[in-house]
Amino acid sequence: MTDTMPITIIRANSPWWKINFHEIFEYRDLLMLIVKRDLTAVYKQTILGPLWFVIQPLITTIVFTVIFGNIAKIDVGDTPHFIFYMSGLVFWNYFNNILNHGANALVSNSSLMRKVYFPRLIIPLSGVITQLAHLALNFVTFIAFYVWYLSQGAGLEPNKWLFLIPILIFQCALMGMGFGLWISSMTIKYRDLRFALPFLSQLWMYATPIVYPASLVVTPLYKKILWLNPMTAVVETARYGFTGQHKPILSGIGLSWVVTLTVLLSGVMLFNRVQRTFVDTV
Amino acid sequence: MNDIALSVKNLGKRYQLGAIGRHTLGEEIKHFWLKFHGKDPKEHMGQVGHPSDPSKNIHPEFWALDHINFELKQGEILGVIGGNGAGKSTLLKVLSRITEPTTGEAKIRGRVGSLLEVGTGFHPELTGRENVFMNGTLLGMKRKEVANKFDEIVAFSGVEKFIDTPVKRYSSGMYIRLAFAVAAHLEPEILIVDEVLAVGDANFQKKCLGKMSEVAKDGRTILFVSHNMATLQSLCTQCMVLQKGKCVFGPGNTEEAISFYLSQNRKNAATPLASRTDRKGYGRVHMTDVELRDPVNNTTCTHFISGRPATLRIYYTQQIAGEILDVEFKIDIRTKASALLSVLSNHMSQTIFPEIHGRGYVECTLDKWPFAEGHYLLNLKLESQTLLEDSIEDALILEVEGGDFYGTGRGFPTKNEGVMVAQTWHQAPTPESTA
Repeated sequence: MTDTMPITIIRANSPWWKINFHEIFEYRDLLMLIVKRDLTAVYKQTILGPLWFVIQPLITTIVFTVIFGNIAKIDVGDTPHFIFYMSGLVFWNYFNNILNHGANALVSNSSLMRKVYFPRLIIPLSGVITQLAHLALNFVTFIAFYVWYLSQGAGLEPNKWLFLIPILIFQCALMGMGFGLWISSMTIKYRDLRFALPFLSQLWMYATPIVYPASLVVTPLYKKILWLNPMTAVVETARYGFTGQHKPILSGIGLSWVVTLTVLLSGVMLFNRVQRTFVDTV
Repeated sequence: MNDIALSVKNLGKRYQLGAIGRHTLGEEIKHFWLKFHGKDPKEHMGQVGHPSDPSKNIHPEFWALDHINFELKQGEILGVIGGNGAGKSTLLKVLSRITEPTTGEAKIRGRVGSLLEVGTGFHPELTGRENVFMNGTLLGMKRKEVANKFDEIVAFSGVEKFIDTPVKRYSSGMYIRLAFAVAAHLEPEILIVDEVLAVGDANFQKKCLGKMSEVAKDGRTILFVSHNMATLQSLCTQCMVLQKGKCVFGPGNTEEAISFYLSQNRKNAATPLASRTDRKGYGRVHMTDVELRDPVNNTTCTHFISGRPATLRIYYTQQIAGEILDVEFKIDIRTKASALLSVLSNHMSQTIFPEIHGRGYVECTLDKWPFAEGHYLLNLKLESQTLLEDSIEDALILEVEGGDFYGTGRGFPTKNEGVMVAQTWHQAPTPESTA
């Protein structure tokens, strides 16, 4: 009987690259319960409940349509403004929500982590799943508008690139988690990041072709910077699938994956390094 | 075959005192800037919370755990005893994997459940039922295991009626009972418990203790930290005593460990205060002596008498030049078994000492000494602007002679140490007498 017991070894300076994935799997029940808690607890004592996650992006889309479409008159081709902005926002919001959740993973759960052990990666992982539910709501809303515009004969040409949507969502998740882990790990030492993050993520949104098509950026330097941002490829690919306009640059898609995976891997390792003793400094 | 459940080798944990590093990006940039210009940042920036004292290391370190070694066989209950700051909590934290040790290793055979707090992860908006599952999985159970035990847990807690109510509507007693019920039904091979038993009413505590010894009879191993000697005595098969991060006794016989710990306290208290070295705090000023005085005759005395006026005079000597502002003196009064009875402090009585320097003394006078006959241990603390300057545990043993506190000729009904409180009783008129 004793032989079947798991053996835990606690040792100083455990290697930063060693991540116990088996253990994370063992804690999957906790992961799902945290997801469930985050999905239900936020809506307690609200009237609209999860509808807020539909209303917020809808209002943003309307604001964008009025300001950038009708007033600033940014040229987005034949695509209806509403569809143009919303297709970008759906993906951006998923990414941004995961990023924000991940960034606060350690600091906002420090009182819990000071009292009990569980694989710390569970918290950022739970964000990915929780936000997936919100993404689904947004996506369904978007599709409803899309189908309506399509039936009105707006200049939309859906094509086979649409099959890439699941992969794009996956990439958003990896990216959001990667950047989130980086920020989370650094927030332990520099609390300033907590204040800077909302501002940074807003800047980042404008650096992503959400209110304008990537094809409007022609200066070579700006173009390089634009495509170095992995969200550019995601938004452009998705939008091309829905509208058939502005085909994304293939090398840009490749680059976005390189950036995504690099950030994710380094983020996971950095997080793993920091989480071992972070309760001592928080 | 191998029945060692827990083996700890050379375990050590180091902390840095004072401010760690530079907390904001601005400070970091300043640090970088100074370094870039070839200046010593430590000199130019000063350290937050650490008075400038060139003789001291800028980042003083201390070992909260220092070379701890022990082995625990399956089914044994090890009690860990130690004063404040002895390293008990750190030991539990390291063994619960909340933080990593600085040196050494620990090998644990079997699943570990650690209870460093009751109700970890309880979310006020969720119902009792949801929280039971949440808390159970956080403590390392599978969802299915919680489901199997759910009825048992709820029955143990006695909050059946409210199980589908959000816990924010619970009374604090219900909350704790439910939380403990989950913890009590954990079935890890090794249980790590930190004084959580000190919650709830006496009845519930008894229930919990019963549950603990039941758990132990099942052959599970328990590591238990407590201040309560009686609990340790009734529960533990062996005990170890920690002092300043080092294991100074055991693990060995519980009785011996307890008497070792208590004698240690007394031995400390017998050392003259000025020559005590086991102080904590920044040490710009030291407390050098405590005197018992009779304020009526203005003379020193050897002991106090319950119900009579009493003065404690604390002498201090400044060690390092500088301003020591807004000073608070604190006196913890404890029983021999370490239970805290009361705290005296000049802040509590709204007295401000704006500054002290050089040598001097302060006095604390009680019009009626409220403690009953017996012996008490005193801890002394001196803070300046809420920063700990000097702290001495078990600074002295205070002897108290029984006296007429209530002015009725009656003393304290038991022979134990305790606090006497002035009181008024009143009987409601019975129907007969009003008639």
